[in-house]
Amino acid sequence: MAEKEEVKLLGIWASPFSRRIEMALKLKGIPYDYVEEILEHKSPLLLALNPIHKKVPVLVHNGKTILESQVILEYIDETWKQSPILPQDPYERSKARFLAKLVDEQIITAGFVSMARADEKGREALAEQTRELIMNLEKELVGKDFFGGKSVGFLDLVAGSMIPFCLERGWEGIGLKVITEEKFPEYSRWVKNLEKVEAVKDCIPPREKHVEHMNYMGERIRSA
Amino acid sequence: MAEEVILLDFWASMFGMRTRIALEEKKVKFDYREQDLWNKGSLLLEMNPIHKKIPVLIHNGKPVCESLIQVEYIDETWPGENPLLPSDPYQRAQAKFWADFIDKKVNVTARRIWAIKGEEKEASKELIEIFKTLESELGDKHYFGGETFGYVDIALIGFYSWFGVYNKFGNMSIETECPTLTAWAQRCLKRESVAKTLPESEKVTAFISQRLGLE
Repeated sequence: MAEKEEVKLLGIWASPFSRRIEMALKLKGIPYDYVEEILEHKSPLLLALNPIHKKVPVLVHNGKTILESQVILEYIDETWKQSPILPQDPYERSKARFLAKLVDEQIITAGFVSMARADEKGREALAEQTRELIMNLEKELVGKDFFGGKSVGFLDLVAGSMIPFCLERGWEGIGLKVITEEKFPEYSRWVKNLEKVEAVKDCIPPREKHVEHMNYMGERIRSA
Repeated sequence: MAEEVILLDFWASMFGMRTRIALEEKKVKFDYREQDLWNKGSLLLEMNPIHKKIPVLIHNGKPVCESLIQVEYIDETWPGENPLLPSDPYQRAQAKFWADFIDKKVNVTARRIWAIKGEEKEASKELIEIFKTLESELGDKHYFGGETFGYVDIALIGFYSWFGVYNKFGNMSIETECPTLTAWAQRCLKRESVAKTLPESEKVTAFISQRLGLE
């Protein structure tokens, strides 16, 4: 008889970092308990499990705590072998990790700053910077349904949760046109592919509420 | 097919040191090519067009960028000798968390000590706190991974060659404040891969002093 598996995820509905974990768990068909955290009122449990960074997502698996979304994704992939998300080949793995780092460091920064800037000229300059960075992803998608090839993979989850289903909502809120189908045909095709995958679709934050939230986040950064 | 491994690097880079140590641990023969960071060569710009930074590992013509990604790549490509990451998924996740912590916290804080005027006092305090957190994690283990030298040790050890810089410009003694970490560094230095790779602390200090126009 199978041992009872305890999988718990502490997350925030609007966080691309916790959404990508939900996508991975759903993709692999792993049942889990979800605990919704509130940004301004983090629970004692969260603070106990992640004392250093005090952030979501936090994955608890049979009493073991795993932190940092990309680390959690790799842990999930190594622990549950069905529907693998990382490529097998070491070089392809390094490329996926490299671009995932680009998303979570440079693209997110340029993206959020573009939203937080109050002046139009500043916003456009940052939008252009962000476009240049996203072009690297555009090139990678040529001839592929997903970054992972025929199926959703590590980079799809990282980039998908961050760009179309987070940053784009922020840009929508302030009326900033960053990504056009004309300039990013591969990206646009990829987003449509992603939206057809149930495990991904089920984990996209609701649009209206999310746009409102991103406006609030922009304000927060501006007033900081 | 003959294996071709090239490393584009800079002698004082604590990030490049990670890759060098990993290659040495795996006994992989590589062509080390010193780069001029103030006059970047065409191969560097071609192989790392996005960031234009060292280290760049080129394996049979294909580039791998970002030092920790390179260390993982090296571990996966040459699995036989000296595993750098544990095989247990949870222990691997622990190692990756701490390497990420080092990447997020150490250089950003340490740089402020010597690169930004007026920040040395605050940054020094913060750096010591970061090191104390790492000491806590190390505990009384031989290495961060336990008995085996690995990923987290590799992520951190290069910074030891910069202690002289931080001590000088931060007006402190990391060795006095963090004896456990210092003892760990000394243990790491006993390994051939580390001894071969780390430059003399004095050389790094002289280099930075010169760059800042102080010598």
